[in-house]
Parts: sequence; C-alpha cells; structure tokens
Amino acid sequence: MNDAWEVVIGLEIHNRLATNSKMFSGAANAYGADVNTQACLVDLGYPGVLPVLNADVVRMACKFGLAINATVARRCVFARKNYFYPDLPKGYQISQFELPIVHDGELMIKDDKGDDKRIGITRAHLEEDAGKSIHEGFDQCTAIDLNRSGTPLLEIVSEPDLRSAKEAIAYMRKIHSIVRYLEISDGNMEEGSFRCDANVSVRPIGQEELGTRTELKNLNSFRFVEKAINFEINRQIDVLEDGGKVVQETRLYDSDRDETRPMRSKEEANDYRYFPDPDLLPVEIDDAFVAEVEKTLPELPDAKQLRFVEQYELKVEDTEILTLSRAVADYFEAVAINFAGKAQIAANWVIGELSAALNREGVEIIDSKIGPTDLAGLLSRIQDGTISGKIAKEVFEAMWAGEGSADEIIEAKGLRQITDSSAIEKIVDAVIAANPAQVEQYQSGKDKLLGFFVGQVMKETGGKAHPGQVNEVLKSRLKKD
Amino acid sequence: MAGQDQAIHLLSLAELSKGLSSRDFSSRELVADLLSRIDGDETLNAFITVTADQALSFAEECDKARSKGDIGALNGLPIVYKDIFCTKGVLTTCGSRILENFVSPYDATVVERMASAGAVMLGKTNMDEFAMGSSSETSYFGPVRNPWDSERTPGGSSGGSAAAVAARLTPAATGTDTGGSIRQPAALTGTVGLKPTYGRVSRYGMIAFASSLDQAGVITRTAEDAAMLLAVMAGFDERDSTSVDHPVPDYVGGLTAPMKGRKIGIVRQHFDEGLDEQCAARVKDALSALEQQGAELIEIDLPNLDLSVPTYYVVAPAECSSNLSRFDGVRFGRRANDAKDLFDLYCRSRGEGFGAEVKRRIMTGTYVLSAGYYDAYYLKAQKVRQLISQDFRNAFEKVDVIAGPTTPTPAFKLGDKTDDPITMYLNDIYTIGANLAGLPGISVPCGFVDDLPVGLQLVGPHFAEETILACAHQYQSVCDWHQRCPEAYQ
Repeated sequence: MNDAWEVVIGLEIHNRLATNSKMFSGAANAYGADVNTQACLVDLGYPGVLPVLNADVVRMACKFGLAINATVARRCVFARKNYFYPDLPKGYQISQFELPIVHDGELMIKDDKGDDKRIGITRAHLEEDAGKSIHEGFDQCTAIDLNRSGTPLLEIVSEPDLRSAKEAIAYMRKIHSIVRYLEISDGNMEEGSFRCDANVSVRPIGQEELGTRTELKNLNSFRFVEKAINFEINRQIDVLEDGGKVVQETRLYDSDRDETRPMRSKEEANDYRYFPDPDLLPVEIDDAFVAEVEKTLPELPDAKQLRFVEQYELKVEDTEILTLSRAVADYFEAVAINFAGKAQIAANWVIGELSAALNREGVEIIDSKIGPTDLAGLLSRIQDGTISGKIAKEVFEAMWAGEGSADEIIEAKGLRQITDSSAIEKIVDAVIAANPAQVEQYQSGKDKLLGFFVGQVMKETGGKAHPGQVNEVLKSRLKKD
Repeated sequence: MAGQDQAIHLLSLAELSKGLSSRDFSSRELVADLLSRIDGDETLNAFITVTADQALSFAEECDKARSKGDIGALNGLPIVYKDIFCTKGVLTTCGSRILENFVSPYDATVVERMASAGAVMLGKTNMDEFAMGSSSETSYFGPVRNPWDSERTPGGSSGGSAAAVAARLTPAATGTDTGGSIRQPAALTGTVGLKPTYGRVSRYGMIAFASSLDQAGVITRTAEDAAMLLAVMAGFDERDSTSVDHPVPDYVGGLTAPMKGRKIGIVRQHFDEGLDEQCAARVKDALSALEQQGAELIEIDLPNLDLSVPTYYVVAPAECSSNLSRFDGVRFGRRANDAKDLFDLYCRSRGEGFGAEVKRRIMTGTYVLSAGYYDAYYLKAQKVRQLISQDFRNAFEKVDVIAGPTTPTPAFKLGDKTDDPITMYLNDIYTIGANLAGLPGISVPCGFVDDLPVGLQLVGPHFAEETILACAHQYQSVCDWHQRCPEAYQ
C-alpha cells in the first residue's frame, strides 16, 4: 500500500435474524428447504394480503442495540423501498428509512498497531430480504425461489471509521461474534446469513474532505471482504495517481478473478421513493420492554475476555481466541472448572489439540467428540503425572476415536508413565551399554547428544518413562567418573 | 307481516331474516328468486361474476342448518361482494384487465366472517378499476348503469353494489370506501351506504388501493340492515395490523336511541358554491326533519374542507403507485405474450393490463413520492391531512354528528365527466374528509331531484358507528325515501 493515501471504509452488514417465522408472515424462516416451499401468500405478494410484524425481530434488534451501547428508538417506522424486480414480489421491500430501531452505537476493535479503537455504528435497521433469482439452467428464462422472500434482516451500518481492510475484518468479526453471542443470528456466511457491503474511498493523508467512494457488493466471506477492499484501495490509488477520478458507483467483487468491476448503471439508477408503510403501525417501544430485554443479555465477548484474564490468568491473546465464540468460551470454562491444574493448560489444549481436531473433521465445538469434562479428565492425568504430555496426545486421539475415557484408554493401552526409578535405571544402563560411540562423544563435550539418549530410552519404554526422571538418571550415569 | 304481502325481493334484510325464521320461505327460494332477477337484468351490468350454483347449494345448507337450529346471525341471507374482496375459488378481478383471470386462493376476512354467519354470496359486483373512479366507468368490464336512469351513472367506485341493491337484485352488498366509494354511489342510487371508522373492519383480503384510507363497508336499503351486517364484519383481525382492537357494540340494539337531544353540526362550507340548489333543498328538508325529531342543529366550520380533494389526490395516488406494483405479470394475473425481456414484460403486462385512470394515478403517485418532490407534495399533504383531522376533532367537541349533502349533484350522465378528471374528482368533495380523518360516515336517501335520488350524509367521531346508525335509523322511521323502488325493478 501507499503512504501518501489514507483509506476510509464503512461497512453495511446484512445479518439474517434467527426467528422461527418470517418478518411479516407465518412462513418458516429456515435455510435449505425445497424451492418455493416456504413462501405463503404474504411472501408471494398476493392481492389483498397484509404484513404483520413478527415481535421477535423487534426483541432481537433491541438486544443488539443494547449490546453495542446504542440508542433503542422508542418509536420506529417501517418504510417501503420501491423498485421492480421479479424476486421482489410486492414491488417494494419493507425496510426502515428515517426512523430506524437502533442508532448511535459503538464497539471497540484492535487497530493495525494492536491498540484499542472505537468504531461508531450509525444505525441498525430492520428489513425484509428479497427472494432469489436463478439465471442458470432454465433455457433463457429466470427461475425465482421465494423461500428467502420476507426473511428478517438486521442491517448494521458503521461510520466511515475503518482505516484498513484489516480493521474492517476486525470490526466484522466483532459484529459476527456479538450476534452469535446474542443468539439472534447463526452468522452462517455460506448460507448468506451474514453478508456485507463495503463503502471504500481514499484521500491524501491530511485531507479533511472524504474522497469519492465506491460501494462493493456481494462480500460473503471474511477473506473476500479483505481481498475486495484491498483490490479496490489499490485500484482507486492507481486511478488517482494517474490523474483520473474515482467514479461513485456500485462494484461487484468477483472472487474467481479477484477483482471488482462496476455493476451496470441501469441496475442502480433507482429512485426508491421511500415512504412510511401504511399497512404497518409505527412500533412503540417502552422502557419496560427495553429493561426486560436487557435482563436477557448474556456476558459479551469484551467482558468475558477481561474476566478470563483476571479469573483464569490467561494470556490476553488466548482470551481473544477463546471468546470469539460463546460456544468455545463455554467449553473452555467447563474444562477449567473440572481441572485442578492451571487454566492456561486447559486454554492451550482447547486452542491447540481440540481446535485442530475440530478443524480437521469440520465439526462445531458443540458437536465435539470429546466433551469438556472428558478433556478435563485427560488433563488431570498429565497434572498428576500418570501420563506425559506426549502420551496425552495419543490418548486424546483415542478419545476422539471413541475408545473411551482417558483413564480407560490409559489402562487398556498400558500407557501409565514409568516412574519406578530402578526400572528406569535399568533401561538407561542398557541404552548406555548399547551405544558406546555416542557415550564417548557425549563425554567429550557433545551435550546435545543427551536428546539422543532420551529418545532411545523413550523408544525402549514406548514413551511411558517419566521424561524428567529419565533426564536426571541419564545425566548422572553419563557423567565421567 | 311484510313478508306475507310484499314481493320477496322488496324486503329488507331484517324482514327477510324474520321471514326465514318464521319459515315463510326458504333461503333456497329466496336465493333462486334473486338469481333469476340478476339473470333477467340486461341493463345494469352490475355483476362481473354470478355464483349461482355455489349460492343455491350454500342456501340449501343454510336451510338444513336452520332446521337443526344451529345458525349464524345472517343464516341464509343473500349478499353480494364488490369484486375487490378476495373470494376463494371465485374470480376476483377488481374491475381490471390485469386480474381478468385471477381466481383468489383465499377468502377476505370480511367474506369469511359473512360466510360463517351464514350469508349466501350471489356474486361479485362491478366497480371502477381498482376502485379508482366515481362513476363505475373505469371498469374493464364496462360501465354500470343507474337503475333510476340507465343513461346515468350509479356513482362509484362501488357502483355495481349500489345498483344491485337499488334494483332489488340483492338486499345487501359490501363496498369499499377510500374517498366516498360507498357513500357517493349510495346517494346516487337511493340506498344506504355505511363507511365505518378506519380500522373498524379488517382490510385483509381487500385488494388495496390506498391503504391508509381504504375501509370496507356495506350498501343496504336501511340503516337497520347496515347495523346487522356491521355487527358481523366489525372487530379486530390479527391479519390486519391497522384493524383496531375496540369492543364491538350491539349496533342493532343501539338503533332505538332517540334523536332527541342529539347535537347535529351543519357545516357552513357545505352550502357554499358547488352544491346543486335542489339538492341543497332536499338536504335542508332532511335536517328540518331531524330537528323536528328533537335534534339540535348547530352551525360549525370545517375551514380546511376545500383542501381535502387536493390532499386526497396526493395521498391516495402515492399509496396506490406502490400498492399496484405487485401487478407485474410475474406470479398471477395477466401477462403480456412474447415479451422481449424483463423490462418489456413489465411495460406490456402493465400497459395492457391497466386502464387510463389507474395509469394516471400511478404516474401521479410516483411523481409525488420522487426524490425532490416528496417534501413538496407527499409530506405537505400529510400535514394538511393532520389539519383536516384537527378540524373534525374541534367540531366534535361541539356536536355529536355532522350532517350535510353526500354529493354536490344527483347522478350525472355516463360519459359526462370521463374526459375531465378534475370535475370527476370534485364529486367526492363532501365524502373525502371522513376518509382523510378516518371517521365513520353514512349516506341515507333524503329525497329526489327530477326523479333522481339525493343523499344525506352523517359523519361521526371515531368508533361512533352506533350514533350515526341510530340517527339514520330514526330518520328512516319518519320518511319513506328508501322504500321507493325504480320503476323498472319493482
């Protein structure tokens, strides 16, 4: 990137709310059903039907507002956004325009230097999603699936406070984490439950006035957001440095070619003619409602992180990873509570072995094949010296494969650590006797060969010998008399 | 007993109800009689669809139910629905070519409630396309004619319902009233037209024209019949967020409330220029009759009355331009053949499907909501709407009911105003205020000018249907205008 330019980014995150039914109809709000099986007459925009607001979306939006320290509007209004498209059955989308349900919020992220930075959240408003047009495979025709029509979205609009693609990602991850903590969204990006548009501009460093921005659409993974923004930053800088002007336009990110390109201007030349939807009354929210919602707020990632550092004395960077998802944090705490040793050991195992196994098998932590109390059981055996850390990894794999609890596996496989010093001495003597050349080298100053002898002893014992003891015995026996 | 010496089609709903319960005739006989009258009429063009087979078999069911004693409030009584109400399995066109083939998969709440009370649907009535018009001439299915003079309009947009009731083809009909579409045709056909408070009756299943103004109501020959029907239709519906959860009183029981002591407001501006002199005279006669019954007449002002028509013609088109976007030829209704592309499909389906008046209003509405014009038109109109509502609130601090003419003139000739939309729009000058303010209003026949009926309009405060129905009923107990029947339909 270029030192002469400052990057300015604002994000609009579209987040599908995890309600049972749609925003204004009784049809199911679930992903993946057969096409057009989850669309009722309201979703189809039939003559005479009317929208009825799902109270759950109001509760969820309110919860989000409280979580980002925002104002929850005591009165908000649904407006119609008018445009024609075949997957928009009514010819308008019910959204919020002048009076959104949530405004003036904020959250903290780490900037590129690792310092805390406040990102303002202008507003979060409710709107219904459109259906889906399918252009391929229908012989010159477009097919329409209206299952998604009318599903509830919370659109979260940030201030243009972000200064790099990395910050944008940090902000997006934070929002992603919050909505899942609040259990208002599954955050599933592949299914489009969490997607993002980015407004990107650049300006010469020191300039007050914002540069002309472009809007990047269709960003449905963290990786694509980062790539698209970086592509766009470089493109804009190139245009400006060549003496050109950035055109205000909407651009689509093409992940196959890793580039953005303008949408056809026809697609965006819309005057949406917003006006208050006369079929819906303004939503009045009173203090009692907000107070009731507030009671349902869980501990949020930032607070949890602070607590983990204090209560469990974990490394700060580990708490960041552990609190990203509520399920991971809960899992960690369940291990820590059932384990008498240092919590940091539990953290290491959750972040290390467990995460690796989950990733390898593509399993969510709630579906982990090793539950937190079982993992705690394993760690306790390391703690009490029954097995070494290395053997523990073997036991872990066996547990993952469903062979039983840590104790069962240790017994069945005879993995109990050898701590009997006479047994260890016997093996050490045998190893020394079998390797005279190495003994000579060691004794003439090649200290590093100690590892070789340890390895040999471990080999002989199948790794079960207590490593500390082996070290001690080896050192004393190898000493030149 | 009326039922024994009068032809069955001349009886009111209340009289028919008595006749059915005393077994003077069966519902099937009644329905068959009216169906043959409907079938025999070749003049009015009041119906788009007649549901004869369905009506006869439902009437038989109602007769059976009656013999078992298990019956609803309207058991076996005939009704017709304006073709704006969705009726399951029955063509529902809204008077438009774009819905010429639309068979609704569901019943409107009004239809559902009527049917579960035992009302028998005879058919669906003709109307101005999407209820946009005051003469029932904008219908794709041809104009409706007035039973009192077939060269004249029955008014609109619920013209088919009004003509059918006036011609004794049915004792009762539903209508919808966005700017006067129930009360104006009732006045021009000598029938009673009731528009309830906005939110009193569910709009679910009523094809939307202007959502903040539309309200379902009824056209009958007596206030008593209107009260019977309102009792069935009214009430909260969870499928319509703008319907109000307000108790439904005993409308029929309330009819006997005396006129004595009622404070009736006479609007000074109603008798300014624009009102036909002879109509003014009939209305004044009616007001004297109310006074004789013990009402106190009090002169009041509605200073912003003249702003109601321009305000309405910003708000209503704005909402209609959005409401009618769903008619795009994609999922239901008429679709243009051989479209070149998507844009062409939209343009041609809508271009061919909508008539001139509907297009005019969609364009007006699109314009007033456009960026740069929204504040000057839509927002300004909403502010004026508040002023008009405030005028009514002020008036109702002094009076119980406001009385005056329903329309400036009696029925005009077909074709007279079709080239001059502004003059046509001014026909609704006295009725539009109640829609903008969401108030209940009723039009009652109050005499004739050159053999054409004239209507008296009564408007009450929110949810005062009981009051205006009682006043109308008391007035009808001392006059017989509503008993007059057009010669050709006796």
